[in-house]
Amino acid sequence: MTLLSILFGFIITAIILLIARYNPLQIYGVIVKGVFSKPKYIAYTIIKSTPLILTGVSIAFALKTGLLNIGAEGQFIVGTIVASMAGYFFNLPPVIHPIVVMVVAIIFGGLWGALIGALKAKFGIHEVISSIMLNWIALYAHNAVINIPAFFERTNKAHTIKDSASIVFLEGFKNSESGKEWLLDHPGIRDILKAPVNYGIIIAILVAILIWFILNKTTLGFRLRAVGYNKFAAEYGGINVKRNIVTSMFISGSVSGLAGALMILGVSKGITTLSAMEGYGLDGIGVALIAGNSPIACIFSGLFFGALKYGGSKIQARPIEAPKEIISIMIGTIIFFIAIPRIVKVLKRLTGRKGVTR
Amino acid sequence: MKNITKKFGHLTANDNINLTVYKGEVHALLGENGAGKSTLMNQLYGMIEPTSGEIYINGNKVNVNNPNVAIANGIGMVHQHFMLVEPFTVVENIILGSEITKYGVLDMKKAKEEIVELSEKYSLYVNPDDKIEDITVGMQQRVEILKALYRGADILILDEPTSVLTPQEIKELVIIIDNLTKEGKSVIIITHKLKEIKQVADNCTIIRRGKRIDTVKVDEVTEEELAAKMVGREVTFKVPKEDRETSDTVLSIDNITVKNNRGLVAVDGLSLEVKRGEIVGIAGVDGNGQSELVEAITGLRKIEKGHVKINGKDITNMTPRKIIDNKVSTIPENRQKVGLVLDFSIYENMILENYHKEPFSKKGILQKDKIIDNAKNLIKQFDIRPTDETVLAKSLSGGNQQKVIIAREIMNNPDLLIATQPTRGLDVGAIEYVHKELVKQRDRNKAVLLVSLELDEVMNVSDRIAVIYEGKIKYVVDAKEATEAKLGLEMAGGKK
Amino acid sequence: MNSIGFILGTTLMYSTPLIYTSLGGVISERSGVFNIGLEGMMTMGAFIGATVGYYSGIWWLGLICAGIGAGLLALLHAVASVTLGADQVVSGIAINFLGPGLSLFLCRKFFDGKFMTKSIPLENKIPKLFKGVFPEYSFLDNIFDQEITVYLAFLFAIIMWFILYKTKVGLRVRAVGDHPEAADTLGISVHKTRYICVILSGVLSGFGGASMSLAVASNFFPTLISGQGFIALAAMIFGNWKPQGALGACLVFGGAQALVVFLGGKNIPIPIDVLSMIPYVLTIVILMGFIGKSVPPAADGEPYIKE
Repeated sequence: MTLLSILFGFIITAIILLIARYNPLQIYGVIVKGVFSKPKYIAYTIIKSTPLILTGVSIAFALKTGLLNIGAEGQFIVGTIVASMAGYFFNLPPVIHPIVVMVVAIIFGGLWGALIGALKAKFGIHEVISSIMLNWIALYAHNAVINIPAFFERTNKAHTIKDSASIVFLEGFKNSESGKEWLLDHPGIRDILKAPVNYGIIIAILVAILIWFILNKTTLGFRLRAVGYNKFAAEYGGINVKRNIVTSMFISGSVSGLAGALMILGVSKGITTLSAMEGYGLDGIGVALIAGNSPIACIFSGLFFGALKYGGSKIQARPIEAPKEIISIMIGTIIFFIAIPRIVKVLKRLTGRKGVTR
Repeated sequence: MKNITKKFGHLTANDNINLTVYKGEVHALLGENGAGKSTLMNQLYGMIEPTSGEIYINGNKVNVNNPNVAIANGIGMVHQHFMLVEPFTVVENIILGSEITKYGVLDMKKAKEEIVELSEKYSLYVNPDDKIEDITVGMQQRVEILKALYRGADILILDEPTSVLTPQEIKELVIIIDNLTKEGKSVIIITHKLKEIKQVADNCTIIRRGKRIDTVKVDEVTEEELAAKMVGREVTFKVPKEDRETSDTVLSIDNITVKNNRGLVAVDGLSLEVKRGEIVGIAGVDGNGQSELVEAITGLRKIEKGHVKINGKDITNMTPRKIIDNKVSTIPENRQKVGLVLDFSIYENMILENYHKEPFSKKGILQKDKIIDNAKNLIKQFDIRPTDETVLAKSLSGGNQQKVIIAREIMNNPDLLIATQPTRGLDVGAIEYVHKELVKQRDRNKAVLLVSLELDEVMNVSDRIAVIYEGKIKYVVDAKEATEAKLGLEMAGGKK
Repeated sequence: MNSIGFILGTTLMYSTPLIYTSLGGVISERSGVFNIGLEGMMTMGAFIGATVGYYSGIWWLGLICAGIGAGLLALLHAVASVTLGADQVVSGIAINFLGPGLSLFLCRKFFDGKFMTKSIPLENKIPKLFKGVFPEYSFLDNIFDQEITVYLAFLFAIIMWFILYKTKVGLRVRAVGDHPEAADTLGISVHKTRYICVILSGVLSGFGGASMSLAVASNFFPTLISGQGFIALAAMIFGNWKPQGALGACLVFGGAQALVVFLGGKNIPIPIDVLSMIPYVLTIVILMGFIGKSVPPAADGEPYIKE
């Protein structure tokens, strides 16, 4: 079903491109080349996909437990805030430092999410509205934190994290003198390492698998799913619905928080003032939906999304100079078709109707 | 209605049915659940269209393809589940779709006048400004009837009208129907209640499995004959059971007070005891506190005052989980909303209450093979169809869904089994099955509390009967000595 | 005194786009269709309004076209949600990708690959009512010297309230949103009603977006809307799915934004980012006091499928 939706997405986008007088095959070609033709490109695609996989998993998990976590964006931002602070202020040896940072981000991202759950459980506040509110609060907090004197480096920028916290692959090596010399002789690898290749992708994949395991193989997952599918039956069966809503949101929030931390540790190394939300949360919803809410499928869906975004940015270059927003249109179309249940049945009914007489 | 056939895919709901109704007649449509009665009437009212066949009204062929056509031809329908907008007032509900307006603005004053006039003409008393969510079920039904009359209905279809009424209110309905026919209206009443047919109808058409079996003059047949035609075989109403000695008290409810969703007192100083080896049935009209009582015992609703004890242990206001652990199991009143997770499979539903215990899980990890074994066993023991444990609960028939719930609850080996409306929506075969299981439980020297809106069921299954009225139990009687007249009187409040 | 006038006036300016969009949300959900796609429709409207406004120089043409364009986007949502019985949340999210995507795509097409439209000269923007009537910068001038769209927003809110609660059309819409089966048994077309309401919600969101790009700003650029549609959604929930409630909630949010602008010009020790948080924190606090009172229409979000 999802594949059919993706197919339709490509076809309709191609039609739109044709109307706008672009060549769809050419454009798709550029995207594919832009992703696969050089190892460096593949590296960038993977880097771009990592946070998307995680926000996707976060939202997929929440959906499976009956909650719409629009607050993933805020939880991501909270993750970046605490990660950059823990990365800068703490003094820890390598390997330990990033792990500690991740744990901190998981906890705080989880709390930010649990807050939404608690507001719903205790006060009956709809999770959509509290999510939106908390997203904005997180955004402003993010910008406010940068101006804290101890943290402030220069205008609109906070201190970068310490080297010990980085999770970039072979960072020390590739920046050292001997390293640079060796790389001159190995241009292929040098090319790849130009990108901030980091361990984040491995962590993302592991987390996706962990979340899948929790959801399907543990008692915790069983009761969270029961609450998600039918909270009345769950309550009657002895499950504490309110507590489980908070637990669900905590887990979901922690994954998004981790996504933010990985971004800091592996790519941006610090936070700068944001003028608007970056959209990882919203994109995460897209990833989750295309993955059919399955955590494992989010890995592939996240990579798909990342590839589209990265490859899509290349179509703006000469000679084609097409707007990269066509990617948003494509994604929107795919999601639109995913929204329609039983596409195949619907199609059959619409085309079959003509043959039936009353 | 001539040669009406209605198919949904391969399912034939109505098979070549003929029905004739005369002016001023009360015609009953009798059949079991799922026989096809509602489907037939929905076609008359234009909610769905026949696959083949014709409808003639007053001699003219009419193509009833939507309710507006039906209404224009004088047909009105009161559905089993009321079609009322809860936050709207009585007036708003009655005029919806046929509003009186001045340039599009509602003329509520005029509407109210017309409705008051109409309600007095037919003795259907209602307060126009009440919101539907605030009035009783009996009053809601009157609003539904007024809705049809407001549109000039000459033929009124009533779908299972008495399932929510007290014996007293049923008497009132009989008078209302009588008034209507005196004014020349025709009434088609869909029901599976034989008593009502005898009370009210002139003729009766029996439908079984989509086919018309027979049309009879009600005066010329007995209830047993009607029942036999309805199910196609001999039917006994009584549940076979032997006498039993009762022993220790299992459930002891002591003067409890419970509030309903609106904060009003629903259970008002209620006391009751249920012992091992007996089935106590609570009879009463919907809305007298039964639902709140059961929720209070099972921990889903707060007990404001008083105590509930199980086997001597005070379980007042414990969490549902702890109460289940104290050997109380419940068959809930709404199996799809509360009893099952429809999107879970049979085997998952089987462990809904015990997933966290061994052997179904160890240290938080589910042990799938044990879970599947358990499900397979129960499916066999309780004859659940289909036998595939991976089938989702939503694909099961009502009867089989109920079996899953019963299997699960009985396997918990409770000392107290509470059964709320356990046979709602089930066919005769499934009803027999459920009643047998309840008796078996009692024969195992356990306690059973039966709460049901069907007086017949309570009378046939229970050993002792308690009547609940306005949150109190004032009348308890041995089933052998109970009479329907006395019970009906108590259900309506006792001596007037 | 003038400061208060300034704050009130700025409040009206910022609230107006929210009011239109929020009213759009109300009408859609009142008929029983979730509309999370307000953001996407608003963006579409902002873009179309700015583009048509620039090329034609006629502001009301820009407004109308914005409404039509966003309405067409809403039509997609309607087809999916009403006829095809789609998951309304997912469909709304699709709109949130399609709206900005299409807007920026077309923007680059019409404006030489740039991602913002060209500025509209002052005389072609939405005119202000009461300009010059009051002495400049006086209290009354600050409040009343507003674009026509501001006044229209209040008018629309009043009209919607009237229609929903006093007319036959409104009664039917509310019935369809609360108990579609009941409406169906009385011959009311649930599908037709919902289609109209969803398309209307798009038109209104389009007006909201256009009132942003043709009045508050003078062009369209990617971060112009950025979240305003979601705030309008929150305002609708906050206002308990009633037009008058949504209006009030939008004023609260707009007022908070105005307050931030005002205080930003003064020297206050509180950092501006902390000030900006206040409206959102306030909303949550207020909602905590309304325990259980926030009730959407009963059939909101459930597709109505016969047979």
